[in-house]
Parts: sequence; structure tokens; C-alpha cells
Amino acid sequence: MSTRNLLLSIPLALALGSTVLGSAALAQQGPNLGKPITEADVGAWNLDVLSDGTGLPAGSGTPAQGAPIYSQKCAVCHGEKGEKPAPGYGPMIGLHEFKTIDAPKTVTYYRYATTLFDVIRRSMPFPTPKTLTNQEVYALTAYILSINKLIGENDVMNAQTLPKVKMPMADNFIVRFPDRI
Amino acid sequence: MTTRKRNGEAPPVEQVAGNGLLHRRALLGRGIMLAGAAATGAGTSSTSAAAEPLKEDPWSLTMGSISLPRQVPSRFENHVVRTLSNPNHEFRNSHGRTPHHLLHGTITPAALHFTICHSGLPDIDPEKHRLVVHGLVKEPKIFSLEDLARYPMVTRPCFLECGGNSAPMFSKEPLQVNAQAIHGLVSNSEWTGVLLSTLLEETGIDPKAKWFLAEGADSLALHRSVPVKKGLDDAMIALYQNGERIMPGNGYPMRLLLPGYQGNMNIKHVRRIKLLDQPAMSFYESKTYSQIIPGGKAWLFHFLQEVKSFITQPSFGHSMKGPGTYEVSGVAYSGTGRIARVMVSADGGKSWGQAALQGPVMPQAFTRFRMPWRWDGQPAVLQSRAWDEAGNVQPTRAEFVAVRGEASAPVSPLGFPNQHYNAITSWGIDNNGAIKHVYA
Repeated sequence: MSTRNLLLSIPLALALGSTVLGSAALAQQGPNLGKPITEADVGAWNLDVLSDGTGLPAGSGTPAQGAPIYSQKCAVCHGEKGEKPAPGYGPMIGLHEFKTIDAPKTVTYYRYATTLFDVIRRSMPFPTPKTLTNQEVYALTAYILSINKLIGENDVMNAQTLPKVKMPMADNFIVRFPDRI
Repeated sequence: MTTRKRNGEAPPVEQVAGNGLLHRRALLGRGIMLAGAAATGAGTSSTSAAAEPLKEDPWSLTMGSISLPRQVPSRFENHVVRTLSNPNHEFRNSHGRTPHHLLHGTITPAALHFTICHSGLPDIDPEKHRLVVHGLVKEPKIFSLEDLARYPMVTRPCFLECGGNSAPMFSKEPLQVNAQAIHGLVSNSEWTGVLLSTLLEETGIDPKAKWFLAEGADSLALHRSVPVKKGLDDAMIALYQNGERIMPGNGYPMRLLLPGYQGNMNIKHVRRIKLLDQPAMSFYESKTYSQIIPGGKAWLFHFLQEVKSFITQPSFGHSMKGPGTYEVSGVAYSGTGRIARVMVSADGGKSWGQAALQGPVMPQAFTRFRMPWRWDGQPAVLQSRAWDEAGNVQPTRAEFVAVRGEASAPVSPLGFPNQHYNAITSWGIDNNGAIKHVYA
């Protein structure tokens, strides 16, 4: 749409009873100032991991590998072995059933285990986020799943195994407003 | 019951509901209302002492202080501040709650807008900040703030509400705290920015895209999933709040605005929009903002902040200054659209009168309601109940609890036992004029 058409469209939209809020009707075409960027160049920010495993990097880790990293980098807030967290923090070991509406929620509440890898990689450790290697993130993910009895002590977490971990609440979520998706 | 016309001058003021609620028409002219009040003999009894002779005060006899480049409120207003949940800046989130009981009108001053900062306030250089739109688009693009400033903009009022606002009301017993503590995680600003649809038009959309994730430039890279449907409807990349650049705690230099949707989804400091064929299942949507419902199931993707209202004047922390005429006032809003009606009760819901709505009534924005009330000095319970234009009605607490349950353990005013509470708030007034939080 040219500038001329854009200007013409405004009175038209107003005539149609469009308010400022319904301005999709104005169909404002921008001045095309966005610069093209390749997906490769977005890479440093492109850390999200989806529930089907999309975005999981190469590498792997086990609970045994994760335990010392957890003790060194996580326990100060989340508590040794996931117990007795610092004041103001929730426990890292959680329930497998949520029978009251105010039951404390932690990793065991997630619908997908991939969320754990994602949040550790993007947000943790809290004072120094994005300093862990992918191997460390896999190892911590394995350790935290293991202390919650969601995987075995010798299980290896990688891009193939992590999305397959069955979470206790997986089948209990109801989409609240499906018509808005 | 109606009041009697005495002098033939003032039209009668009709009582429309129990315990002294008057017809909203009384708001049209103070003279009418006061005449009506006088007719019942229930005037301003506690303040009827004769006024003292006037004299000049010191501030009327000398030049005042210097004008500042950026104004600050009078020193007599220093108590009008937000309450902070993490005043010592510990390694955790921090909530600043809006003092609704001290504010009027509909626009929340930006400095008093609620904030929830999950990892402090990022110190973002606006010249270096970038917004990238990528994923399932035809051509990924990156925008600077300077770029976006040249795009067509829109301005609209819009409330923002944390999904956890009003969570203290999940408590089995009413917590004796004020409207700021209960409802302080909702505020209303005027937002100006570029519609996301404008940017998506430029990048193009792959038809496989059903969701997008929005991610902030904060240290958590906080992200949430949003349906593309909402992105094309009314989502905005907001650049201005009440006419000035967005406050750091509200998302400087740009934030996603999703009118009517859960506050946490309105990603602050937004730096990345990635179109996806599935939701990202981020930490906040997987845990914090998916709430347990009775029976062990849970709700996921509770996008909407549903219809709600609460009375701000009078409310907990205020006290009545003797029997007489008062204006009951509060805010109503709905994530679905405009507020259609607000009813007010002074007898705990036994009878209701329709409140006046301050226009213009805008969708997904605070609507101030007002109701004249003649308090007779006897116990009363004030409530407000809102309807939106889609016909949704704010539930009573009993209706709400029947579906959503109550906390099993005692609740801290700073706690979040569950999310998305929108039932009626009740303020109980005793015969001394003290105001408590009650369930009615």
C-alpha cells in the first residue's frame, strides 16, 4: 500500500466505524524498515526448546554428572539434593499428585520435561544465567529429574530421551480457552 | 423508599437498594443529592460545626519553591506509594502494588503502575535494543527502536493484570488487608505503539504458524506463548506509557501488549518474536500461570483476565466520617471487552442498585463506576459486581469457590495459592465507621 492509499484508508476506516482499537482495519503498512536477518544470526538468542524436542542441542548428561554441578551452582538457593531451599525459594523436589489447589508446584508439575532443560539454559543460575554448557544443562536436567524419581539414576538425557520422559501431570492439563488458539 | 420533597425545589432522590443506595441520577447534581440528604435529616452531622473565620496561610504570603524539570507530587502525598515485596533486592522476584485506595479516575500514574520484576530491572540502552521477528515467517527481520518510531502508531487505554492479582482472596478467612494488598497487581495506562500485525505484514507469515513466542531482554529471557490469532487481532509493540517512554519496570524500551490477556504474557523489554507451529511450553506457562483446579487437574493457557470490579472508595483502611452522603466508587474491567454494567450493594448482596459508569467506556480498560450512598451509621456491607458486553458476569465469592476451591493452608498477603481470582470483594462497615474485609 502506498502512502497515498494509507492516508485514504484512514477516513475510510473511520467512516466504517472503526475505532483506534479496531485499527487492524487501518491495515497500517509499515515503512519497511526491518532489516533482513538470517536464522543463523538469530542463533545466540534462539535458545527455546519445544516439547517435541525441537531446539535441543547435541550433547548428553546423567544424574551422576549433574550432582556435583547442582551442589556447586544450584544448591545455594534450591537446597542440597533439592531439599531445604533458601528462604523465599520453593523446593526442587515436588509432588506427583496435586490434590489441593494450593499444592506447591515445581518440576514435577511441568507437562513436559523439555521445559526443565529450557529454563535452566535460558535463566539459570540466577546470578549468572547462560553460563552453563549444553553438557552441564543436560546433566543438571538429568539430576533434577532423577531426584524427583522421574527417570532412573543411570538414565542418560539427550535430544532423543528427554522429550520421551513421562511427567506425572502430563495428562491432567485442560486448555482453558481453546477457542482463542 | 424514596426521600420526600420538602421545599418544592429539589426533586426527590430515589433510594434504589437497601441500606441507603441512591439512584445514580443523584450524581448529576450535588444540589439534588444534598437536598435529598437534608430532607431525611441525615446530613453531614459530624462536620456541621460552624466554620472558623478565614485567615491567610503562610504559603499565601511568600513566593513558592522552584519548578522542577520533572514534577514530583506534593510532600503531603508521600504516602501514596507502591508496596514492595522484595525491598532488599534479594535474588528473586519483586512485586510493586498499586495503591488503589488512594487513587481516583481510570489512568494509573506510571510511577504507581504495578510491576512484577522476576530478575530486577534490566538497564537497557534503547539504541542497542533490537526486536527480531523470525521463525515461521517468510523473511525474518530485525527492528531498532528508531525504526519502530517511524511506523504508524495507535494509542489506547488498556489494563494490565497479573494472573495472580487478588490471590489473597483464595484464603478461607478474609485477610485484613487493603485494596492495594488484594488487588494491587492490576493497573491501567494509555499505551502507544506499533501493532504487531503491521510488523507481521512486513515479515510475512508461514501458514503453518499457529503460535508465537515473545521473549524479553531481561536476564531470565522470560518468554511466553501467544496464539497468532491474538497477534493479528490487537497485539501491540508498545513504546509509550501515558505519553512518555515506558517505565523500566513496565518494559522499557518496548513491551508486548496483549489487551485483556494475563499480565505475564505481555512480555516486557521484548526482543524476540518467533512464530511457531506449537506453543513453546515455557517455564511460566508450564508452572506458575497454569493453575490447579479442584480434583487434581489443571488449567493451561488461561489467557483471559475475566470480568472484575472492586470498590476503592470507601475501602479497607478508610474510615467513615459519620453518617451522611458518600460516593461509593471503584474500577471495573474485563479482558473480553467493554464493561456493560456495574451493580452496587450496601447490604451484602441482598439488594442491588445500578452504578453510573464514567465514560467513555473503552474495551479492556478501567471503567470508573460511582454510586451515591447515604450511610445511616449502621453496619453495612459494600459490594460491586460487573457485567461485560459479552454478557459475562463477575461471580459471587460463593459461586467462584464452588468451581475453583479455596486454599487449604493459611494465605500470606504476598502469597499466590492459585491464580485468576475475579469474584466480588466485600467491605464491611461497622457502626463506628471502621471498614473491614469480609466475605459476604
